[in-house]
Amino acid sequence: MKLPKVTFWRIVIAAITILGLYYTVLRYTKGLGAVTNLSNKYPWGLWVGFDVVTGVGLAAGAFIIALTVYIFRIDEYKPILRPAILTGFLGYSLVAVGLLYDLGKWFDVWHPIVFWNPHSVMFEVAWCVMLYLSVLGLEFSTVVFERLKWHRLNHLIHILIIPLSILGVILSTLHQSSLGSLFLIVPTKLYALWYSPYLPLFFFISAVSVGLAMVTMESFLSMRFLGKGIELNLLNGLARVNVLVMAFYLTIKILDMAGRGVLGDIFSTRFESIMFDIETLVQVVIPFFLLLIPAVRTSAKGLFVTSLFIVIGFIMNRLDVAITGVEASSGTTYFPAFGEIMISVFLVTMGFLAFAYAAKYLNVFVHVEEKEEGPVEIIHDV
Amino acid sequence: MAKMGILIDITKCIGCGACEKACKMRNGLPLDLENNLSATAYTVVQERLPGTYVRRMCMHCQNPTCVSVCPVGAFTKTAAGPVTYDKDKCIGCRYCMYSCPFSVPKYQWDRVVPYIQKCYMCADRVAEGSEPACTAACPTGASIFGDRDQLIEEAQKRIKDNPHTYVDHLYGLEEVGGTSVLYLSNVPFEKLGEPFNINLPDKPLPVYTWAALEKVPTIVVVGGVVLTGIWWITSRRDEVKKFEIKHKEQKKLTGKGDKP
Repeated sequence: MKLPKVTFWRIVIAAITILGLYYTVLRYTKGLGAVTNLSNKYPWGLWVGFDVVTGVGLAAGAFIIALTVYIFRIDEYKPILRPAILTGFLGYSLVAVGLLYDLGKWFDVWHPIVFWNPHSVMFEVAWCVMLYLSVLGLEFSTVVFERLKWHRLNHLIHILIIPLSILGVILSTLHQSSLGSLFLIVPTKLYALWYSPYLPLFFFISAVSVGLAMVTMESFLSMRFLGKGIELNLLNGLARVNVLVMAFYLTIKILDMAGRGVLGDIFSTRFESIMFDIETLVQVVIPFFLLLIPAVRTSAKGLFVTSLFIVIGFIMNRLDVAITGVEASSGTTYFPAFGEIMISVFLVTMGFLAFAYAAKYLNVFVHVEEKEEGPVEIIHDV
Repeated sequence: MAKMGILIDITKCIGCGACEKACKMRNGLPLDLENNLSATAYTVVQERLPGTYVRRMCMHCQNPTCVSVCPVGAFTKTAAGPVTYDKDKCIGCRYCMYSCPFSVPKYQWDRVVPYIQKCYMCADRVAEGSEPACTAACPTGASIFGDRDQLIEEAQKRIKDNPHTYVDHLYGLEEVGGTSVLYLSNVPFEKLGEPFNINLPDKPLPVYTWAALEKVPTIVVVGGVVLTGIWWITSRRDEVKKFEIKHKEQKKLTGKGDKP
């Protein structure tokens, strides 16, 4: 038997895994208090803010590309479909695993299925995420069935793919926006620059933007490390759509702040205002102007760097809304404990590994032939 | 709607802590007195200003935020007034803690299987026509239990009769749609800290999230119709394209054949 070669990244991954498993055991044997810095005054922290609220947004690429390919039938984007759906499936799976860490009674995670409360945003999010994870599983299953040569099951998915995609787009629209609605309930706790009746709309639009950026980043990284990726002109197309999305986002944000009379707060020297300004610059303003430069738009590296800005800015935005924005009203301060951070890093690492293995062993990045695609036929005209 | 309530008159509270002890006895909690509401203290008396004591407890809102946010409906606003919690339904998401405008629900952070803990206004005793342990124990009448409407009348009478003692505000009458627990004070409420938040709207907080949630059926229906419509148009477009290509090819073939 050949031993695996010891490389820098393998050591890092091994260290993360050991620490992750250690804190996993600690969390499930000693409770949330033993691993987290959460308290009665600060009941939500990194796991809700990052693993769940941010994670769902980062996986938004799947529904946008499914919409583009299956509903709009823009066939050029077909090569992006599989990596996007894989990211979505892994992303939502990690959200589900993250929830199992965060929920105090994680073994009762299925309760929303039987105990209903339609007045709860959390109830709606729970149902949407549950259903959409199933949709993504089915959408991605075709890649696995293809590999296993289970043609009849594969055919069944092909028959269902259009209704599944429509369902997926509706569910995504609902829960991406509803993650913003979660915070509508704290009008006096959340800092005024973030609290807006339009939070659902902001969350939805920024999820579209970051979904496109994530697809671009993945493609770049896959090309770099696996030698498999997506053609530059397609990524360029995504970037151009993203310019419009970001322009729209920034415009309605400014209009909303002006309408609520808090626009002046962006010049305040309060901690929250500074965080808001940094977040907005990184998430929208800088990538917007970068993408206006043709040299950036047409180079793989340029697109990667721009997407990285959008992704980091997006993460900042979600953490700001869920954590930073309520700090002042909480009467205490919060910074995640080492154990909390390690669990999040561990989950993200597992996601990366799963993606790499799937890309290696499954037909994720290769353009599939018309025959295997079944009812969704490509027209090879001209 | 909710009938019973508690009127807390801050001017009459001497900070003896009898209510705290009675609560802890009633609920089998560790008897040492605590500074803040916690998983083992459903009510506490805090000296906010020299000689001014504020008793903290669940406000038992008329339209409670916790009841609305809980994804599994673990909270109930009972007909008699108390807001109760079902620990078996709870999944531990802590959205109630995050959203409660009075920061009332507390958590058992040190337990492997933790539950939310908060005052339930001794709902079992109230259901039997009795009163909560805390009000029964109060020696000065600073906390009294009764029909909420009658308590409001009584409170307004006290304000009217002693306009120089009381500030002209019955806290809990309007805040977030009204609460079953009401406060009278001789010190402006904004100087006393929690649970007094003068920025709270008179609208119940669940109204804010419902504004978004009520749109869900519309999004589902309109989204379904629009997406199916778009798909129908695009697939039709592709079919037509395909047909035209075929037609062209056929024409080419037959055209060639026609030439002698």
